[in-house]
Amino acid sequence: MKVNLFTALLSATLFIAGCSSEAPKDHSKGVYMLIDTSGTYTKELTKAQQVINYTLAKLKANDTFVVASINTGSFSEKNIIAKMTLDDRPSKANQQKRLFKESMDAYVKKVKSSPYTDISGGILQATEYLNEKGHGAKTIFIFSDLKEELKKGYKRDIPFELNGFSVVALNVTKLHSDNVDPRKYMDRMEMWRAKTEENGGTWLVINDLEHLEKILKR
Amino acid sequence: MQLPSYMIFVEGSPALSLVIWFVIGSVVLYLMRAPAHQAIRAGSALLYRMLRLTSRSILVTKDRVKVRNTEVLLSNAREANEHMIEREFDRIESSVKKDLAGYPAMQHKIAQTITHVDETYQSSGEIPPTPPGWVEAIEPITKIKSDGDSMVETILAGIKNGLEKGQDKALNLYRKNSKKRHDILKGMAPQWRTLQKDLNVVDGRIKNVLERSKHIDHQMNEYETLLKDQDKAKLSLSSSSITQFFIAGFVLIIAIGGAMINFNLIARPMQEMVGGSDYIMNFRVSDVAALVIILVEVSMGLFLMESLRITRLFPVIGALNDKVRIRMVIVSFVFLFLLASIEAGLAFMRELLSQDEAAMLSSLSGTASAHLESSGAWITTASQMGMGFVLPFALTFIAIPLESFIHSFRTVFGVVIVAALHFLAYLSRFAGSFFLGFGKMLINIYDLLIFFPLWIESKVQGKELYQIMPVIKAPKNITTQNKEKDSEG
Repeated sequence: MKVNLFTALLSATLFIAGCSSEAPKDHSKGVYMLIDTSGTYTKELTKAQQVINYTLAKLKANDTFVVASINTGSFSEKNIIAKMTLDDRPSKANQQKRLFKESMDAYVKKVKSSPYTDISGGILQATEYLNEKGHGAKTIFIFSDLKEELKKGYKRDIPFELNGFSVVALNVTKLHSDNVDPRKYMDRMEMWRAKTEENGGTWLVINDLEHLEKILKR
Repeated sequence: MQLPSYMIFVEGSPALSLVIWFVIGSVVLYLMRAPAHQAIRAGSALLYRMLRLTSRSILVTKDRVKVRNTEVLLSNAREANEHMIEREFDRIESSVKKDLAGYPAMQHKIAQTITHVDETYQSSGEIPPTPPGWVEAIEPITKIKSDGDSMVETILAGIKNGLEKGQDKALNLYRKNSKKRHDILKGMAPQWRTLQKDLNVVDGRIKNVLERSKHIDHQMNEYETLLKDQDKAKLSLSSSSITQFFIAGFVLIIAIGGAMINFNLIARPMQEMVGGSDYIMNFRVSDVAALVIILVEVSMGLFLMESLRITRLFPVIGALNDKVRIRMVIVSFVFLFLLASIEAGLAFMRELLSQDEAAMLSSLSGTASAHLESSGAWITTASQMGMGFVLPFALTFIAIPLESFIHSFRTVFGVVIVAALHFLAYLSRFAGSFFLGFGKMLINIYDLLIFFPLWIESKVQGKELYQIMPVIKAPKNITTQNKEKDSEG
C-alpha cells in the first residue's frame, strides 16, 4: 500500500505542478552576438569564429543564437548574419548547429570592412530582438574594440532597455591611441559600463576567451 | 550615568537620591515580601506541575507505543510464521499431488513385475531325474558269482556298461535341465533391478515428504514458542527486525544505484521523444519521463513478484484465484519485457546521439577527425543496449528487499519513537525541576535585595537571619505521586 501511496503522491505532485497558476521559470537562453566589422578589426574575425563555435557547443534545446554585424548602421535586421532557435530534439539541434557554423564560415570569407562603427544601433537591435523572443536569460556579446564611430546624421543618444540583460564585451583590443594614452581605453570601457548599468543591464569584459564558460553556464 | 529628573530627590546629589530610592524600594519589597514569595512559588510550582504532568503523559504514550510495537512485532512474526507453514503445506500438497498421482501405475507395474518373477521362479523349479527302474531289477543278477565262467563275466560286464551309459545319459539330461533353469533365473535379473529402482523412487519420495513434515514440525514449534514465550520472542524478533532493516536498506541503496544508472541511460535519448526544453517544477520533462518509465518498471516488477507470491505487499493480488493470478504474471511480464525493449532502443539512440554530438563538437573545434568511429565502438553500443534491457528485470528484484524494509521499518520506527518519547519525557522532567529551582532562586534573590529590612526584622525578633528565610519544597502532591509511582515501578 505504501508503494501505491508513493506513486499517487508523485502523480499528484506532478499534476499540481503542471496545473500551477504560477508562471514556470523559463530555462532558455538568448544570445545575440555583435561582431565589429569596421576598419582593421575584421582581422579579429577568426577569434570571433572561435567564440561562435564555443557558444554553439554550449547552447541547449530552445536556446536562441543570433550573430549580427556592427557596421555603419547596425540598427537593422539586415545586419543579422545568422540566427536560429534550437529544436527540442538533440539530433535536430545538432543539424542546426552545423548549418549555423557553415553560414558563419561563408560570411567570414566574404566580409568587407565598414568605415563606421555603430555599436549602439547593434545593441538596440539586439535588445529588441531578444525581448521579442522572451527568453529567461538574455546575453549580448559585443565582439569589438568598443570604439564607436557614427556616420554624420545618425542619432544614437537613446536609452537602452537592458533590464535582465547581460552585456559582455569580448576581445576589446587596445588601439594605437590607447597605447599612447591608456586613459582613453579606460574612459571608453567606463563609458560602456556606465551606459549598460544605468539602463539596468550587467556589464562584463572578457578578454581571455577561456573565461567565457561561466557566462554560458545556466 | 545620570538619573532622570523625576528621580532626583536632592538637587546636585544623585547618589543620595539613589540611596533614597534603594531604601524606598527595599521597604516596598519588604512589605510585598509574602505575596511576592507566594506568587513566585505558585508560578514555579505551576510550571513544575505542568511539566511533570507532560512528562507523565509522554511516558504513558511511550508505554502505549511500546505495547503497540510489541503487538505489531508479534503479529508480523505470527503472520510470517503462518505464511511459512502455509507454504510448507502447499509444497507437501504439490509434492503429494505430483508423486502420488503416479502411484497406481507404479503399483500396477510392481505387481506385474512380481507376478512375472513368480511365474519365472515357478518355471525354474528343479525336477529331480527319475532313477531308472531296471537298476533294481538287475541287482540280483549282479550278485551271481561268476566262478570263472566267462559267459557270466561277459554278461556282467555288459550289464555294467549298460548301467554306466544309462547314468551318463541321465547326468547329461540333468545338466541340460539345470542350465535351462539357470538361464531362466538369469533372465529375471533386469526385472529385479526394475523392481529395486521403483522401490528406491518410492523411498526417495517418502523421505522427501518426511523431510518436509520435519520442517513443518520445526515451524510449528517456533510458532508455539512465539505464542507461549512472548518476551523471548519479542527480543529475538526485535533484533532480527533491526538486522533486516539494515540489510534491506543496504540492498535498496544498491538498487537505487542501479536505477540511477538506468536513468542516465535513458534520460538523454528521451529528449528526442518528449523534447528537451519543457520543464515541470524545474525538472526537465524528459528527465521526468525517464523517471516515470523506471518507476513503472519497478511497479511492474512489484506486481510480477506479488503475482508469483514471492512478496506480499498487496494482499489483494495474493488473494486472487490462481487463474487470474497467472494471467497477471503474464501481463506484468509482457509489460516489463516491452519496457525493457524500449529501454534497449533508447540506449541505442543514446549512443547514436553521443556519436553525432562528438562529430559536431569536433567540427566546431576544427579538429574534425576522419576516423570518429573506433573498431570497438560496437562493444559500447551493445553493452548499453544490454544494460538497458537487463536493468529493468534486475530492478524487479527490488520488491524483495523493499518488502523486508517496509516490514522492518515499522519496528525500527517504533523503537526510535519510543526512544524519542523517553527523551522528551526526560527533558520535560528536567525543565520542571529547573523551573522549581529557578523559583527558589528568585525568592532568594528577592530576599537578597531586601536584606537590610530582613536583618532588622531578625534583630527585632531575636532570631538569626537564616531562621526567617523561607524553606521551599517541591509541591507535595506531585512529589508524593511520583514517589508512589517509583515504588510501584
